[in-house]
Amino acid sequence: MSEPITGHVFVVGDNIDTDQIIPAEHLSLVPTVEAEYRALGSFALSGLPVADSAERLVPEGEQTSPYAIVVAGRNFGCGSSREHAPIALGAAGVKVVIAESFARIFFRNCIATGELYPVECTHRICDDLRTGDELTVDLAAERIARADGSADWPIRPLGEVRDVIAAGGLFAYARATGLVARRSTP
Amino acid sequence: MAQTLTEKLLARAAGKDAVATGETVLTDVDVLMTHDVCGPGTIGVFKREFGDSARVWDPRRVVIIPDHYIFTSDERCQRNVDTLRAFANEQGIETFYDVIDDPQGRWRFDAAAGPLTSQHGRRYAGVCHSALAEKGHTRPGEVLIGTDSHTCTAGAFGEFATGVGNTDAAFVLGVGKILLRVPESMRFVLDGALADGVMAKDVILHIIGLVGVDGATYRAMEFAGDGIASLSIEDRMTIANMGVEAGAKNAVFPADRATCDFVDAAGKANGTARPYECLSPDGDAVYADTTVIDLSALEPVVAQPPDPAQVVPARQCTDVKLDRAYIGSCTGGKGSDFDAFAAIVRGRTVAIETFGVPATPAVLAHLRQATLGGQTLWDILVDAGVTMTANAGCAACLGGPGDTFGRMNEPLTCISTTNRNFPGRMGDLQGRIYLASPATAAASALAGHIADPREALP
Ligand code: SF4
Repeated sequence: MSEPITGHVFVVGDNIDTDQIIPAEHLSLVPTVEAEYRALGSFALSGLPVADSAERLVPEGEQTSPYAIVVAGRNFGCGSSREHAPIALGAAGVKVVIAESFARIFFRNCIATGELYPVECTHRICDDLRTGDELTVDLAAERIARADGSADWPIRPLGEVRDVIAAGGLFAYARATGLVARRSTP
Repeated sequence: MAQTLTEKLLARAAGKDAVATGETVLTDVDVLMTHDVCGPGTIGVFKREFGDSARVWDPRRVVIIPDHYIFTSDERCQRNVDTLRAFANEQGIETFYDVIDDPQGRWRFDAAAGPLTSQHGRRYAGVCHSALAEKGHTRPGEVLIGTDSHTCTAGAFGEFATGVGNTDAAFVLGVGKILLRVPESMRFVLDGALADGVMAKDVILHIIGLVGVDGATYRAMEFAGDGIASLSIEDRMTIANMGVEAGAKNAVFPADRATCDFVDAAGKANGTARPYECLSPDGDAVYADTTVIDLSALEPVVAQPPDPAQVVPARQCTDVKLDRAYIGSCTGGKGSDFDAFAAIVRGRTVAIETFGVPATPAVLAHLRQATLGGQTLWDILVDAGVTMTANAGCAACLGGPGDTFGRMNEPLTCISTTNRNFPGRMGDLQGRIYLASPATAAASALAGHIADPREALP
């Protein structure tokens, strides 16, 4: 993936744990079942303890989000090892999460599933941006910028991780590198 | 090169003499554990990637423990247990701790039977992290990978244990290996012994309060010091269990005589014994930092909402009025947790709604057999007004479906012996959860507000 990603941002704060990303009551949904994968998307970030009137990542009654980018503070994705978390965000159409830092298992699950790019930005952009602002994420150039060009910030290089996600996740990468045998039938 | 305990463990599993911090290694996996929440998805990825007729790398190293959403009428949850059974049958996985005894049956929960009727079969093992240890699947020197973040609990046994997602677990199912980056280690030297009324839960909450919810991210926590000998195996499990609440990749205690005794007994009782090797860190190993903790100086604490690092002494929170108390989970629902709780509530009556969930059927058996002052622990709890269930499992520790035992279905304030207090963790999004030791939870249940258990000791 070398094309920059431009989209509207959905802004959250620090320590957004996996229960807030996908509440536990929805964990009976199995991500490898197509209809349940889509259902997971509709619940992405539905565990935020916000007022009913507040903006939701995925509007009531819909399965995908108008926001392609989630912006967060520290320790995004802390808590459980549930892969449902990056999958719910990915199924909702989120392409990138930009956070000051990530919890380890969530970061690893983003890579393994290839669902979305976990991008670290040491500048706390969750304080500068508001939900609905437009942002461009250029992974190749290792920069993010407001779509109108009025501000930009460096991001931490993803290195090999970018290739794994672009390839489609752990298995695609493992086949390309010979860790797992290539499929005999496509 | 001098190695930390985690480096030693990963080097052994990677077939190398030594590994370096930051290096990515492909290691052998000794045991892969999955449960009903992540198992069906893991199986789905396994079949998608390796094919419908693929075989797991070694059925004797795959342990499947349904425990999360078991005692619920939710049909999808029941289907998920059936999915695990079909896979265990197909793959010849004997270490599948099924909810029911009939290998060809289907699991159907009967809500009308009530919480005091155990609805599971003889093989059912309860909460996975407790069950892994009880059934003899935790051993020094090994690498244990689980589809659950609290898999780090097994670090109490001198092994490398960490949680992963479905895709990583499916990779392990197929090839028996995993790619791991060698973490740097934070060392915690434990000195002395805990005072009365202070528990292992207070030790780990104290540490999380010190380092923060992300202070150990990408790192290992390694415990050392003479104080370890004063901690029981269950105490060490409680401490290792919550390493992930500081972001840690794993948390590990060196194995000692007590470890080996526990592991040998569990292996023998369950026919799961395998040779193992106790490893120790090198004396001159390099650590990210070292923190000395005088166990005798610790006091009972609580972690206030909304995260486990908001740690303050219990005595400073006596103005916090409670609606509910909850004792249960892999962190605070073990035999010794109920021992401490029962000792405090014995002969008294709880002032608030209090729920008790044994982590495993073995804990339930303990409650029904062990006595205090001539009364079984079970009777002590029931007489004190605690609402108990005979269906061991995760229950309301992570909310779950609406009919889950003990779930917070309203915005209550609850003191809980569990491990997470993020918004919505036990159900209601506005619920407030205070994490505490079983002793603090017991004293608080009696008082109706947060209380220091040292004032309620028998
Ligand atoms: S008891 Fe709670 S923390 Fe432990 S495995 Fe179950 S849900 Fe997870």
